[in-house]
Amino acid sequence: MNQQETDYRKQKAKSRLAWGVAIFFAIFWLLVALIPFAFMILNSFRKQFDMLSQGVFHFPDPWFFDNYPNIVKNGFFGYFFRSVLIVGISLVLMLIISSFAAYPLSRMSFRLRNLIYAGIVACMSIPMHVTLIPIFKMTNKMGLRDNLFALLGPYVTFALPMSIFILTAFMMTIPKEVEESAQIDGCNKFSNFFQIILPLSKSGLSTLAIYNGVSMWNEFAFANTLLTSANQKTLPLALGQFKGEHSADMPLMLAVLVLSALPMIILFIIFQDKLVKGMMAGAVKG
Amino acid sequence: MSKKKNTLARENARSTAFAATVFLLPALILIAIYMIYPIFDTFRTGAFKWNGISADRIYVGLANWKTLLADKVFWSSFSHNIIVMIFSILLQIPIGLLLATFLDASGRKANIFKIIWFFPYLMSSVAIAFLFNYILATNGGLFSSIATLINGKRTLVDLLGKNPQALFAVIGVMAWQFTPFYMVYFIAGYSNIDTTLYEAAIIDGCTRKDYLFKIAIPLLGPIFKTACTMSLIGSLKYFDLVFNMTQGGPARGTELMATYMYRLSFSEFNMGYGSCVAAGMFILITFIALLFNRIFVVKEDY
Repeated sequence: MNQQETDYRKQKAKSRLAWGVAIFFAIFWLLVALIPFAFMILNSFRKQFDMLSQGVFHFPDPWFFDNYPNIVKNGFFGYFFRSVLIVGISLVLMLIISSFAAYPLSRMSFRLRNLIYAGIVACMSIPMHVTLIPIFKMTNKMGLRDNLFALLGPYVTFALPMSIFILTAFMMTIPKEVEESAQIDGCNKFSNFFQIILPLSKSGLSTLAIYNGVSMWNEFAFANTLLTSANQKTLPLALGQFKGEHSADMPLMLAVLVLSALPMIILFIIFQDKLVKGMMAGAVKG
Repeated sequence: MSKKKNTLARENARSTAFAATVFLLPALILIAIYMIYPIFDTFRTGAFKWNGISADRIYVGLANWKTLLADKVFWSSFSHNIIVMIFSILLQIPIGLLLATFLDASGRKANIFKIIWFFPYLMSSVAIAFLFNYILATNGGLFSSIATLINGKRTLVDLLGKNPQALFAVIGVMAWQFTPFYMVYFIAGYSNIDTTLYEAAIIDGCTRKDYLFKIAIPLLGPIFKTACTMSLIGSLKYFDLVFNMTQGGPARGTELMATYMYRLSFSEFNMGYGSCVAAGMFILITFIALLFNRIFVVKEDY
């Protein structure tokens, strides 16, 4: 009895120690994650030369708010709205096309089904950089050189394989009977899709929208290759553009960074659970 | 009777095939145009000497490939990719697993940790590149300031200006950016484990620690393998961060295959050879990914 009690105490002390160590590391990593953000936000409220003279550990003195209006005056919202536009259109197209493709792959049996499915899954690992030069050439031939909408094709296509894969798995979980009863009521495959399968896939579609939205919002390589003039560039390119115009003004650049990171952080705090679910859907493919 | 049934079945199959074709066509056309054709085109362009602009392309056959095999810059870029790959797997995945384990063990009350830990992944690579250029700056950067504070006198820490520090600075920034991704990945893995397994283990007298090390982590095997594969492929095609942070410098010390390809094609206007580098990159990535999948076959059923 006594022996048991001391064992229990020992174990409890041990687990308390383990938790102590765990919490220490948790807080350490919290600081690692947060300090760059603190650096970015605090310094964006300084005047250009205050940063070096005051040092990074000193709070801005005085707080300087003009960096933000300055950026807005220099066309920040142009970049912002172009990004919203291209990501919005790409996402809508991508979701329509991938749910179209996932429907027969998940709920019909036809001859080439397995081959097509395997092919699409294999496309997930194609590195986009290998396609950069051909797509650059293609875009020039199409007359879309330095045009925001040149990004539409690559953005939609490179999100397709993964989305089709996840949606196929998702649609497989919808019970067969739902469709069969509709078929008896005289629905064909097309009205089945629009009236039954698509509405039932809503939660899968929304997680995919968030997951792909983040990567399209941040996309750099295609945008940098296909767009050259400031009035076509998207938000990730705005940073380079502002740097070209105000290279020495570090606080101003940091203010650009804050503004460009803010939308994603706000969206994440609102849709946190959805995003994590979207990534889980991706994780299931393991 | 049976003949009639047969034609009906055939009719049905035909209408299914028709519907399937209509539904699949848009996706297949886009994939053919933007993924399959470009790969062939990359290999074809790789056989020319071409600046990317003028109409005269000179067919050089395999000459570009010969250059590539002897190209010291390409192979040193490839070795940087391999170093990045090894350290990505060694840093991001274990830390991600630790963070996920902590969150899984502490439940909903640690939600604030999850939110903040995820923040770095929300910034674009470009923004991170700019931010860390300032944070790592020799003059007035965070590390220099900390060193000055500790030393008590002005100390400059030059992380991006020298080799091999620059490559390791880049690796550190990558770990900062991508650890949250693997964290969420492992959270998903943990939440896919049936809760009855935990209950059964506790009834059988397991401690929390036993459950974690003998049941939960082994069950993460398949997820672990996928995470490694993703990290592996991701580090072989890495581009955005390095392109914006160090431009491959100093003295090509952080040059990667993708940044080398990009520089050749779009700044040095050597698009023929650039395509050849891209094709070489494609072959290497495919080969390494297949090799990895062959070596680490994890049993998926439990």
